[in-house]
Amino acid sequence: MAISIPELEALLHETFPDAKVTITDLAGDGNHYAAEVIDESFRGKNRVQQQRSVYAALKGKMDGAHGELHALALTTKAPE
Amino acid sequence: MTDAKNRIDETVKANDVVLFMKGTKTMPQCGFSSRVAGVLNFMGIEYADVNVLADEGIRQGIKDYSDWPTIPQLYVKGEFVGGCDIITEMTLSGELDTLFQENGVTYDKDAAEKIREANA
Repeated sequence: MAISIPELEALLHETFPDAKVTITDLAGDGNHYAAEVIDESFRGKNRVQQQRSVYAALKGKMDGAHGELHALALTTKAPE
Repeated sequence: MTDAKNRIDETVKANDVVLFMKGTKTMPQCGFSSRVAGVLNFMGIEYADVNVLADEGIRQGIKDYSDWPTIPQLYVKGEFVGGCDIITEMTLSGELDTLFQENGVTYDKDAAEKIREANA
């Protein structure tokens, strides 16, 4: 199972409409990505809180053996 | 609470530092687990390792426990600290040192500096 970069971006933008999202396909297999999400809503939250909300936006795509994404390296921050 | 949640709760409260991982600290079975275990091993941290591959109840239960979908997961003094990306960032920024200091966890400061020098 795999997911495309536009699908991933669309999912993230549903939850974070104004976020700056940068996605890199790490392995070229549609299954290992790195995502950087910069959003105002992250301000004042710690990394765990920020990344929990990103995982929530992905709606179960990360869920283990049944998920479409094996690996998503996340970087989250509020705009400078 | 389910049986798995009870066991997780007991484990994170009984040990100052716990890593839920795929494989064991001496034989990790996933690159992400290996990276975090490697950092803790190198920094000389005394920690309990829980192999989620050996127990399906724990494997799912730990995700529900922390509301976090991925493994590895590091706990210090019963608190969820993060997964591979967060631990990597915290190691390089020195925040992990601070966390261990604040919680009275003994670690090798020189080793931590070596990791930072090697990744500078």
